[in-house]
Amino acid sequence: MIARRSLLLGLSAAATLGGRAAFATTPGENRLVVIILRGALDGLAAVAPYGDAEYRSLRGPLAMPEPGQEGGALDLGGRFGLSPAMPRLAALYRSGEAAIVHAVAGPYRGRSHFDGQDWMESGAEQRLSGGWLNRAVIAAWPAEAAAPQGTNQGRSRKALVAGPAVPLLMKGPAHIANHAPRNLGRVPEDALRRLAALYAADTLLGPAVADARAGRAFADGALGPMHGPAANAAGDRAAFRSLALAAGRLLATADGPRVAALELGGFDTHAMQAQRLPGLLGTLDDAIAALREGLGPVWGRTAILAMTEFGRTVAANGTGGTDHGTGGVAFLAGGAVAGGKVAGTWPGLSPAALHEGRDLAPTTDLRAIAKALLAGQLGVSRASLDGAVFPASAAVTPMAGLRRG
Amino acid sequence: MSQRDAAHAAIRFGLGPRPGEVARAARDPRGWLAAQVADIPPVPDPVRAAAPEASAALEITFDQQRRQPEPNPVREAYRTSMAALAAHWVATDRPFLERWALFWTNHLTVSIRGGNTGALLADYHLAAIRPHVTGRFEALLLAAIRHPAMLRYLDNAISVGPGSIAGQRQRRGLNENLAREILELHTLSPAGGYAQADVTMLARIITGWSSGTPGPSPFVFRANAHEPGEKVLLGRVFAEGEAGGVAALRYLGTHPATYRFLAGKIARHFIADTPPEAAVAALTRTLSLTGGDLGAAAASVIGLETTWARPLAKLRTPSDVVIATVRALDAPLPPERLVGAFGALGQPLFTAPAPNGWPDTAEAWTGPEAIMRRIEWAGGVAARMPDPPDPRAVLADTLGPLADAATRRAVEGAESRREGLMVLLASPAFQRR
Repeated sequence: MIARRSLLLGLSAAATLGGRAAFATTPGENRLVVIILRGALDGLAAVAPYGDAEYRSLRGPLAMPEPGQEGGALDLGGRFGLSPAMPRLAALYRSGEAAIVHAVAGPYRGRSHFDGQDWMESGAEQRLSGGWLNRAVIAAWPAEAAAPQGTNQGRSRKALVAGPAVPLLMKGPAHIANHAPRNLGRVPEDALRRLAALYAADTLLGPAVADARAGRAFADGALGPMHGPAANAAGDRAAFRSLALAAGRLLATADGPRVAALELGGFDTHAMQAQRLPGLLGTLDDAIAALREGLGPVWGRTAILAMTEFGRTVAANGTGGTDHGTGGVAFLAGGAVAGGKVAGTWPGLSPAALHEGRDLAPTTDLRAIAKALLAGQLGVSRASLDGAVFPASAAVTPMAGLRRG
Repeated sequence: MSQRDAAHAAIRFGLGPRPGEVARAARDPRGWLAAQVADIPPVPDPVRAAAPEASAALEITFDQQRRQPEPNPVREAYRTSMAALAAHWVATDRPFLERWALFWTNHLTVSIRGGNTGALLADYHLAAIRPHVTGRFEALLLAAIRHPAMLRYLDNAISVGPGSIAGQRQRRGLNENLAREILELHTLSPAGGYAQADVTMLARIITGWSSGTPGPSPFVFRANAHEPGEKVLLGRVFAEGEAGGVAALRYLGTHPATYRFLAGKIARHFIADTPPEAAVAALTRTLSLTGGDLGAAAASVIGLETTWARPLAKLRTPSDVVIATVRALDAPLPPERLVGAFGALGQPLFTAPAPNGWPDTAEAWTGPEAIMRRIEWAGGVAARMPDPPDPRAVLADTLGPLADAATRRAVEGAESRREGLMVLLASPAFQRR
C-alpha cells in the first residue's frame, strides 16, 4: 500500500513490503524519531503551568481552563496540564510512555526563526552545512557515510526523512532514505496571510488577489465542507498522520531505517492562537499515535522527540496570539522513554524569573535532551556527542532520567 | 546610489539578479549594461547543440509530416531546445543582451501554434534574431522574414503569385498573411498609413519566398511561384524577383513610421505600459539618425532618465517570473519542470496566441487566478527546494536596497526558510521589473 501510493527513494521494495520479521535484540535495533515543530511552538499553550500563581494573570485570555472544567487542561500531575487537543499523548503520559521537558531552549537567544531553526538543526552555535541527527547516524553506523548512493539494495539506509524535503537536521555525510507522498506543496495559510497583506497595499495586483481569494471562498462555501481552508487543514492533518504512519512502518521493517526525521510547520501563532494552535497540536497528537501504530512491536524500543526552535512570550499580545520568546517545551514519547513526568527545572513566571522580563527562562539545554536520547538509543559515545555531533558542547551534560533502564 | 541602480539594472534591464550580480554591477551599472551589448558572443555549445539548425529542423519537420513517427520528433526537438534555451537564460551573465534578444523575438513573433514550427523555433531565435539585435533593424527584419519558421508560421511558404507559372497551373494563389503582419506588426504599424492594396502588393512582391524541402539552404526562392513584373508599393517601384522583396523589406525596415513604432514598443518594454512621449521621441530620433541601429537604440535606452525611474512599475510577465525566480535561487530546476513552469504560469515558450506576440502591458497578466498561480508556483518551488537558502540573503541579492519595508518585514517574519522564500518570491515586489 505504501509503495503504491508513495514515492520511495533509497528504500528497496523488499524492505518496504517485507513482513515484520522477528528482531534480534542487538544494539542498533533501537528506534529514534525526531519531529521538528517549525515556527516556535508556544510551550505554555501546549503544556500549561496551571499551578503557577502567575500563570492565569499573565496569560489572560489565552490561559487554559483548569483540569475538570470545560475545555480544561488534561492533568499531568497537579502542576501542569496538557492541551485538550492532545488526548493520546496524555494517555501515553499516564501509562508512563510519554514525558514533557519544560523551559527548554538550545543555545540560540535571538528571535529569528531562520537562525533559531538553523542552530537547532545544526546542533551548534552557528549554521553548519549539516545537522546533528545525521552526524549521530555516522557516529552510530560509520558505514552509512561510505556506501555510495544506489548501493543499498536489499536494505534501507539507517536514516529516514519522511516528507517532501530533507531538513538541515538530516543533511550531512550519512546517506538517507527519503519517503515522500505526492502532492505536498500548497502554500500554507500563514504565508498566504502574509502575502495577502502585501497585496492589499498594491493597487495593481491587490484587487486581483482579493478577487481570487473571494472567488475561492465563495466556491468553498458553495461546494461544501470537502473544499476550502477547513478541508485543507483536515487534509494536512490526515496527510501528516499518514506520513507518520508510513515512517513508523518503515522503521519497524527488519532491514529498514532506525532513525527518522519529520517536520511540521505552522506554529508561528502571532494571532488567533486559540483558533489555530489546537489543530496543530492535534496534528502532532495524531502523528505520535500513528507512529505508535506503525512501529507496532518495536514501539517498546522507540524514543520520539518533538522539538521547536524557541518558545513564545508569556503574555498574550494584542491580536490573540503570542510573539517570539525563549524557553519552550519538548515532547518525548515511546516505550523506551521513562515517562509520566514533567522533567526539567521550572523557573517560574514571577517577573524576576522571566527572561528579559517577557519570556519563560530556559533551564534545560535542548542538546542535553538530544544527547541523552542519542547515547541511550543509538549508543553514541560521550566523546562523539561533545565533539562531532554537537561541536564544542562538553559543558552540556546528557539529561538523566529520560530513558528506561 | 549605485547599489540601488545596480539592482535596478539587473531587475529592469536584465532577467532578475543572480546571487552576486548586483554587487558586480554596482561599480558602474550603466557600463555593466553597455558592455553586455557591445558584442554578441554565441550561446554556449551545449545550448546551440540542443537546437537543431534550420536545415536539420526542416528535415525533422518533414519526417514528422510524412511518417508521423512516435515519439513525435518535432515535439521532442521543441522540448529539448526550449529546455536548453531556458537554462541559458537562467545562467547567462549577459541578461540585458538576452532580454534585448527576447524583446525582438517577441516583436517578430513566431509561435508553435501555426505552421508546424516546433523544431524551428530555437534556431529562429538563435540564428535569425539574436545575432542581429545590435545591428540595423532592416537586417534583423530580413533575417527573420526569410527564416523558414516565419515563412511557415505566416503561410508565405505556400503563397503563389496568381500570374506565376505555378499560379497559372494550380488553383493555389496568393496568401497575404505574412505581408499583412509585416506592415501591421513588424514595420509601419497602422499608424504608418497603408491600405489593403499595399498589403496585397507586398504579398505579391514576396511570392516565391519559401522554405522548401530540406537542403543546404533553408530559404528557397521559388521563381515559378513568384508573381512576374514590377510592383508599386507605397508609391515606390520594386523589381521582379527575389531582389525586389529584399528591397521592399529594406525600405519598410528603414521607414520613419517603423522607427516611431519600434521606439514606442521599446519604451513600453523598458519604462512603462504608457511610456512618456519624450522617451519615445528620443528613441525615434536615435533610430532615425543611425539608420535603425539597434545597438544605438540599446545604448539610448540605458541613457534615458526615465528608464531609471523608481519604483519599478513594469509587471513581470510569467516568463520573466520563472526566469527571475530560478536565477534568484541559483538552483537549476530539472529541464522538464523549468520548461513546464512557463506553461503553468500561462506563457509557454514560443506559444503566443497570435502574431502580435505576448502582450507587454500589465492588464493582460493580472487576472485573479493568473496572479494566484504565480503565488502557488512560488510556493511549490520553495517547498521542493532541496537546500533552501536564507531568505534574507536572497532578498538582499535580488530586491536588495530596492526592497520596501513591508516586503522586508514579511520575509523576515516568516516562520521558516521555506516560508520566507515563498513570501519573497510570491510578493508583489518580486512581480515587478
